[in-house]
Amino acid sequence: MRQIGKLALPLGLGFAFLYLPLLLMALFSLNDSRMVTSFSGFSLRWYAALWRNEALMEALFLSLRIAAISATMATILGILAGFALARLGRFRGRTAFAALMAAPLVMPEVIIGLSLLLLFVALESAFGFPARGAGTVAVAHATFSAAYVAVVVQSRLAELDESLEEAAMDLGARPWGVFRQVTLPLAAPAVGAGWLLAFTLSLDDLVVASFVSGPGATTLPMVVFSAVRLGLTPELYALATLLVLAVALALVLAWRLLRRWPG
Amino acid sequence: MSSLREARRDPAVEPFLRIEGVTKRYGAVAALEGVDLSIWRGEFFALLGGSGSGKSTLLRCLAGLIQPDGGRILLDGQDMAGVPAHERPVNMMFQSYALFPHLDVARNIGFGLKQEGAPKALVRERVGEMLALVRMEGFANRRPHELSGGQRARVALARALAKRPKLLLLDEPLSALDKNLRESMQFELQRIQETTGTTFVIVTHDQEEAMTMATRLAVMDRGALVQVGTPAEVYEFPNSRFTADFLGTANIFEGVIETVTPDGARIASKELDLDILAEGEPPKPQGSRAFVAIRPERMRIARATPDDGPAANRAVGRVRDIAYAGNVFLYHVVLEGNAGKEIRVTQPVLRRITERPVDWEDRVVVTWDRHAALVLPE
Amino acid sequence: MRRTVVLALPLLWMAVFFLAPFVIVLSIAFAEAAEGLPPYAPLLRWVGDGLPVLQLNLGNFQLLLEDPYYLDAYRRSLTVAGISAMLCLLLGYPMALAIARAPERWRSPLLLAVMLPFWTSFLLRITAWIGILQDAGWLNGALLALGLITEPLHILYTDAAMYLGITYGYLPFMVLPLYANLVKHDTALLEAAADLGAKPWRAFLQVTLPLSIPGMIAGFLLVFIPAVGEFVIPELLGGPGAQLIGRVLWTEFFQNRDWPLASALASALLLALVLPIALFQWRAARAR
Repeated sequence: MRQIGKLALPLGLGFAFLYLPLLLMALFSLNDSRMVTSFSGFSLRWYAALWRNEALMEALFLSLRIAAISATMATILGILAGFALARLGRFRGRTAFAALMAAPLVMPEVIIGLSLLLLFVALESAFGFPARGAGTVAVAHATFSAAYVAVVVQSRLAELDESLEEAAMDLGARPWGVFRQVTLPLAAPAVGAGWLLAFTLSLDDLVVASFVSGPGATTLPMVVFSAVRLGLTPELYALATLLVLAVALALVLAWRLLRRWPG
Repeated sequence: MSSLREARRDPAVEPFLRIEGVTKRYGAVAALEGVDLSIWRGEFFALLGGSGSGKSTLLRCLAGLIQPDGGRILLDGQDMAGVPAHERPVNMMFQSYALFPHLDVARNIGFGLKQEGAPKALVRERVGEMLALVRMEGFANRRPHELSGGQRARVALARALAKRPKLLLLDEPLSALDKNLRESMQFELQRIQETTGTTFVIVTHDQEEAMTMATRLAVMDRGALVQVGTPAEVYEFPNSRFTADFLGTANIFEGVIETVTPDGARIASKELDLDILAEGEPPKPQGSRAFVAIRPERMRIARATPDDGPAANRAVGRVRDIAYAGNVFLYHVVLEGNAGKEIRVTQPVLRRITERPVDWEDRVVVTWDRHAALVLPE
Repeated sequence: MRRTVVLALPLLWMAVFFLAPFVIVLSIAFAEAAEGLPPYAPLLRWVGDGLPVLQLNLGNFQLLLEDPYYLDAYRRSLTVAGISAMLCLLLGYPMALAIARAPERWRSPLLLAVMLPFWTSFLLRITAWIGILQDAGWLNGALLALGLITEPLHILYTDAAMYLGITYGYLPFMVLPLYANLVKHDTALLEAAADLGAKPWRAFLQVTLPLSIPGMIAGFLLVFIPAVGEFVIPELLGGPGAQLIGRVLWTEFFQNRDWPLASALASALLLALVLPIALFQWRAARAR
């Protein structure tokens, strides 16, 4: 009874819709010509140009650094919040806490960006810090990514048999020991997935970073955005292709790891 | 086992586990209502009840996984109030087994000892000992998902025993196993309990399981203990309609105790339109209303002749239904008379059936001996 | 004790970096624009004898209500988000259903394939559509080569391009909750429907579709809510007329440096989203 049947066609079309743009970009990133639309010959020159584009490479490394830091912060926050929601039972204010943690999921980026900028400006004029730059971008990213990590961690913990943690306690493990020896290892795939998600969200963000960043801290999406407004280049396609490949590789590896994870 | 019973009756011997007035509420619902229970060292004690009877709640109070709202729990003279689960000399075999999926069998079994910071050599030795005890040598390096249901049960038992707890709690330990495996595991549990001498408290909804394994059992209903005793005591002398029908099945009749003589009582049953004779002194005075329980397997059934009529310990009715269970026939008989009460009678199938001794719609006579009838105290 | 330790950090963080900023946005929405940095006048002013005076400026909100430019932007944002969410639903439903009905070992790779684009650069994926849709783009090139058209179609910088972009960008948000709902349906339900004489199409309409309503609502909200405030897609694919609220806010902030007006816009946008967000939260809380 359960079968795809006629649904294979819309599924195929849907995937074509999702992937055709990516494939076209990958194809034209290998184009010899400067023209972004007609293929004239195979070449890797745009990848080389990418490598030599100092502004872009600098922005890439800055973005990677911000992504790593903000993902780590978001993961710590997300583990705590996900654990609180899945394991602390019905504490007072739980609904409000859940709503507060999930709210960034549905908050338009322009609002998050604007409101955080105003906060940073207010703090700066009151205390003289933080100066806007990579640090404020990382904090902003951690704030909205934490919600994603919390959701992932919470749903994994909800799936996990709670008697595993009770068994550990029963066998003499103290609360921190239970968390370290049982909860965390079993939630590790979710924690890893959450970190990866937070990392890519940060790497991808244009709007929030544009608001809260300061002079000298130009992230990759900001560079890409201004480049796109000036016109398409095969270099951008090369960058997109590399990013897609890197993320796809990371995802597939993570997925394979996750599938074999115990529990 | 006889020494156990003596210990229980000797007022000088302190119970090993004393539960006094333990109460637990969830909102307006009382999961436990003032439970008092004493368990002696080395017992295999079963808490038997349906779902929502409070048996699991009581077990989790003993483990320290939940805190009772009132009452005391004393284990080996020590008050358990405020002692967290991880500091109690009590271990539990969980219903789901709760084997750590990321650890192999040896690490699962050694988990508890590791928490105490036991030296590696000791852990290794004890793990080996436990594996031998549950006959799982050679499985030390397997992961839980590589084991069968029965093997998982064994590992869970070994893990719970590895710290040599004073008290082992078993929460429906065999409910995930199929019937044959469950029966062999029941013998295994008894063997291991006898070998280690550990006090076992098992929670189960399976009356057969409780009867086979336990030295004593408690029947629970709606957060309270209904009856406590050896399996034979509780089966033979249920103290209420609930236990009579929960442990095994029983036909229960209402009546009034008419006469009490040294060799028994005569109960007039309006429902049956006949008198029931019961052996022994009834728990209630003459003239009082009482319930009488008669087990289906203690009744006899035969085709009635036209002039058969009801008499004392002898009812007449018509067969409404017959169920053949291989080893027994179960008859549903609708009695003649004003109430049209339906009773159940079982008869062993003594020979291969070629012809049914009694058939559908047959008019039958059901008889029983006076020792089969029990006047219930409640 | 343990509770406090676990809750304190996320609670404090969210209070400082999520709740407090909203309060600031709201208060600045009542301020007056001024020269300098920050480019707004303080709400509290100290007059002659040292008494603080609170000066609330309702002008920003008045402007939002009176200038049809802003009202239009709101209306358009809600319409565009609604239509895009419907398009996602139409495209995503058969996909989610197909994945849910696929053999079990295929389901998670297929789902992963739906999610993969979501994990990769949103900006660059939208960029790809510029290459596809522009007058000298791949789509026009293909259509011209096939002889289907003689003149290139102007698609880029139109509403059509914007809808296409939003649908493309948010499709995974629709497929995921729909799949999560559809995969839980008991196949026995459809077997029972078939057994009772329902043709597959009728069984779908009478069993699967009604049962998947919660999934459709979740998916719709997950697309609709962020799409209302979307900035990148209307900016890159939409025409100059595609003045959605996110874009207007951006312009007021970055080009006109009118922080109070941008704050008022953000407050009003939040207000417009409160109902759908509350609905989302309520559904999410119920799903647990």
